[in-house]
Amino acid sequence: MDTGPALVSILRQGSYLIASIHTALDDSQMIRFQEDLIEQIGQRRSRGVIIDVAALDVLDSFGSKTLRNIGEMARLRGATTVIVGIQPDVAFAMVSLGMGTGSLYTALDLEEGLEYLDRNVRKDPGAVGTTSSSLS
Amino acid sequence: MDEDSRIDSQTEADGVTNEHHREDELLPQLVAHLREHRSKLREEWAHRIQDAHLLHAMTPQEMAVETKSVYDNYVEVLETGSVEALQDYARDLSERIIPRGVETQEVVGIVLLLRDVLARSLFEKYQRDFALLNRVLDAYEPAANRIANTVAVSFVDERERVIRQQQDAIRELSTPVLPVRERLLVLPIIGVLDSERARQLTEQLLAGIRTHRAKVVVMDITGAPDVDQTVANHLVQTVDASRLMGASVIITGLSPKIAQTLVTIGVDLSKMNTIGDLQGGLEEAERLLGYTVSRQDGSAR
Repeated sequence: MDTGPALVSILRQGSYLIASIHTALDDSQMIRFQEDLIEQIGQRRSRGVIIDVAALDVLDSFGSKTLRNIGEMARLRGATTVIVGIQPDVAFAMVSLGMGTGSLYTALDLEEGLEYLDRNVRKDPGAVGTTSSSLS
Repeated sequence: MDEDSRIDSQTEADGVTNEHHREDELLPQLVAHLREHRSKLREEWAHRIQDAHLLHAMTPQEMAVETKSVYDNYVEVLETGSVEALQDYARDLSERIIPRGVETQEVVGIVLLLRDVLARSLFEKYQRDFALLNRVLDAYEPAANRIANTVAVSFVDERERVIRQQQDAIRELSTPVLPVRERLLVLPIIGVLDSERARQLTEQLLAGIRTHRAKVVVMDITGAPDVDQTVANHLVQTVDASRLMGASVIITGLSPKIAQTLVTIGVDLSKMNTIGDLQGGLEEAERLLGYTVSRQDGSAR
């Protein structure tokens, strides 16, 4: 099920998951990324997800739809999602093609995203994974 | 008979000289004729210009000088067949007369008038020999049309150059993105927003959000007289795109007219955060960023 480190990486930081997309993904890779991420949210009992798309200089309609879906699915599994690092060109292209990120929160970069999660995710001790409890 | 001899001249090298000599001589003859009757033809031309009410932005003296040099240039091009000198002259002339409000149609008009005046004089001179007249006109017309073309193109080129220059000037003056507090940008928009400027504005704003790590942007459009639907939609998109980059946009200074326009043309402004004036916008931005501004005691006047 792993998409491999060359395409995406999903790291755990406390009760958050940080997923970075390193290169443009095709539709099936995008789907695998989605499955992988949703799977891990449950496994690691994450409360927040940051998806970093700073490396992408294009994001097609399928990509942004999948990001919206991930946000929605993550919410159903109890995690808040933030998209970070959307490039200026990508942002404007997405808007002019009418494919925003819906109700998904977006932030400038990873730092901003983490700050948002810190402010908005309820600190629930039960949600923190056993191995990372000392971190939070 | 003429047609036959021309075909002959192409196939037989011997027959060339005589026939060609005569064809070659037509143009110098014509030029000599135009030089000889220069003052009379020029006067005639000047009358026609006046009758047509062209070039009234110029004084009679200037007219006399310009018509003289246009005439000489014209005849010279007929003689040499090279339009380069004329191009330079036409460009120079355009540079001088465009700022005085001379229209393209006037410039083209006077050149066409000159063409007609000269053609008339050729009719008159060769009226007894119709075949010869035809050949003279064959030589004259392409050259004359090329001249009219050259002048018109030079004039329009010059005009476009001026317009381009002004557009560049406007572009340089356009859309500064000003950081006024940490993470707060102000974007004053002054002057008419066309789609090109709107595009540029978006580009600079999004780049500015990234470099300054802005969280709030105050876009002040007090100085914009009007917006149309395209630009309004573009502004909405810019606000959305800024949100994707993690910055919220506050729009201030919507004039009554623009507010009416936006509502009338049905732009969806429900997601836009608008505040009456720049002061209010800055206060709201400071509130969003958690700044509190207080006046020191004693400094109040």
